[in-house]
Amino acid sequence: MKWEIRKGLKYTKTHEWADFKGDLVTVGITDYAQDMLKDVVYIEPPEIGQKVQAGESLAVLESVKAVTDFYASVDGEVVEINETLLEQPELLNEDPYGAWVAKIQVDTGYENPNLLDEDEYAALVKKEADQ
Amino acid sequence: MAELLKTPLYEKHVALKSDLVEYGGWLMPVQYEGVITEVHSTRCSAALFDTSHMGEFLVEGAGATEFLQEVLTNDVSVLNEGRIIYSPICYPHGGTVDDILIYCYHPKKYLLVVNAANSAKDYAWLSEKVRPGVVLSDLSAETALIAIQGPNSLSALQSLTDAPLEQLRYYRFIPQVELAGVNCMVSRTGYTGEDGFEIYCAPDKAASIWDKLLETGDDCGPSLTPAGLGARDVLRLEVSLPLYGNELSEKITPLEAGLFRFVSFKKGFFIGREALQKQKEKGLTRQLAGLVLQDRGVLRKGYPVIEGENEIGVVSSGTYSPTLNKSIGMAFLAPDKVTPGNLVEVMIRNKPRSARIVNMPFYRRGSQ
Repeated sequence: MKWEIRKGLKYTKTHEWADFKGDLVTVGITDYAQDMLKDVVYIEPPEIGQKVQAGESLAVLESVKAVTDFYASVDGEVVEINETLLEQPELLNEDPYGAWVAKIQVDTGYENPNLLDEDEYAALVKKEADQ
Repeated sequence: MAELLKTPLYEKHVALKSDLVEYGGWLMPVQYEGVITEVHSTRCSAALFDTSHMGEFLVEGAGATEFLQEVLTNDVSVLNEGRIIYSPICYPHGGTVDDILIYCYHPKKYLLVVNAANSAKDYAWLSEKVRPGVVLSDLSAETALIAIQGPNSLSALQSLTDAPLEQLRYYRFIPQVELAGVNCMVSRTGYTGEDGFEIYCAPDKAASIWDKLLETGDDCGPSLTPAGLGARDVLRLEVSLPLYGNELSEKITPLEAGLFRFVSFKKGFFIGREALQKQKEKGLTRQLAGLVLQDRGVLRKGYPVIEGENEIGVVSSGTYSPTLNKSIGMAFLAPDKVTPGNLVEVMIRNKPRSARIVNMPFYRRGSQ
């Protein structure tokens, strides 16, 4: 497959990744998502302290042509945002797994059964790419 | 939805892995490598665009000039062999049917090049107005159109022909040119603000011309980049050219879009003249202004423009400009608000963002 899918991460059906480290979840967009968007020129980030629910819009990404929502993959509270992306939104294209969007504090023991593992996500990408 | 139309270059776009989208009933490439790369290539080198979705109508006969004088706002009597002009077509109420190019073979034969999405509507409108002594025919299905745009266009195109292209002036055309052995019509026109040409040929020859042009770069510097509708829209907006559906429509007159130069009140009668004359005398209630976003974000069509509590207009087109590295847009504002240098606010997802009113165009060839 031409798109990188990292092992050990969880994925949404809307092409976000989530990296669980205890109660802190780092979220970003997948390689497939950045390739579909191409040329991200602006990100409207969430606010620190903002409460979010999985499936809700957390940020807005804009490419030259389109406006796209970035959805939260977990329930929790935004505790950090990647301010580098405000100046360099192109990092989302260049290094999608390095260019995290936000860090979200979740309740201890929180799980989201709707998230996909890397194999399930790879199958989803393959299916979408074949369409 | 009806089956989408495909241009003769459709297979090329698929092979080049472009993103294909619906546009005006056609399945068209919106981008190949990406809009930013394609815009830079057009400004710095040259890019190739498939614009075969555009419509082409032939107007022939002893009454051709008179007919066009009646349906167009611009004055075609100034045209002679090999010249081209731009003109809106208006309804009697002054709203715009379409904005088109008119190629003059001679005063009894013209080619009209119309927007793809308006093609059927235009043909019906023009057919209704056609008079004895004028024959209108639709050549769209037998015409492919490729645009080559950018400073390297001349050298790239010249490598395929002996015709003296450097002598072809802006808004002029040569009806018969042999390009790599294929009979074409070539004009020095475009929708990007750069030097460039538009190439008309038979649909079954389009792919070979396209391939030959993409190959030209191998010997003479950087190769040509295929560019999609995404780049085309950014390029035209950077040089403030109107897009039908955004800056022109049935509800928007050419005067409101700032196209005074293309409305000839001195030529005599034309459809829409009375309404436009009245609008000119009474003064416009809205006019097009250039905006540069000062805050972060991207201006988009439909965003409201506000001053204090009041909505003073709406964004008609907006984008991120890769050439200027900022977001630019055009907006219809109340004329008394159009003061270059002034700040207004644009509502982006319910938040006011600061934008400056600027003179247009945003970009001029060679200015960066």
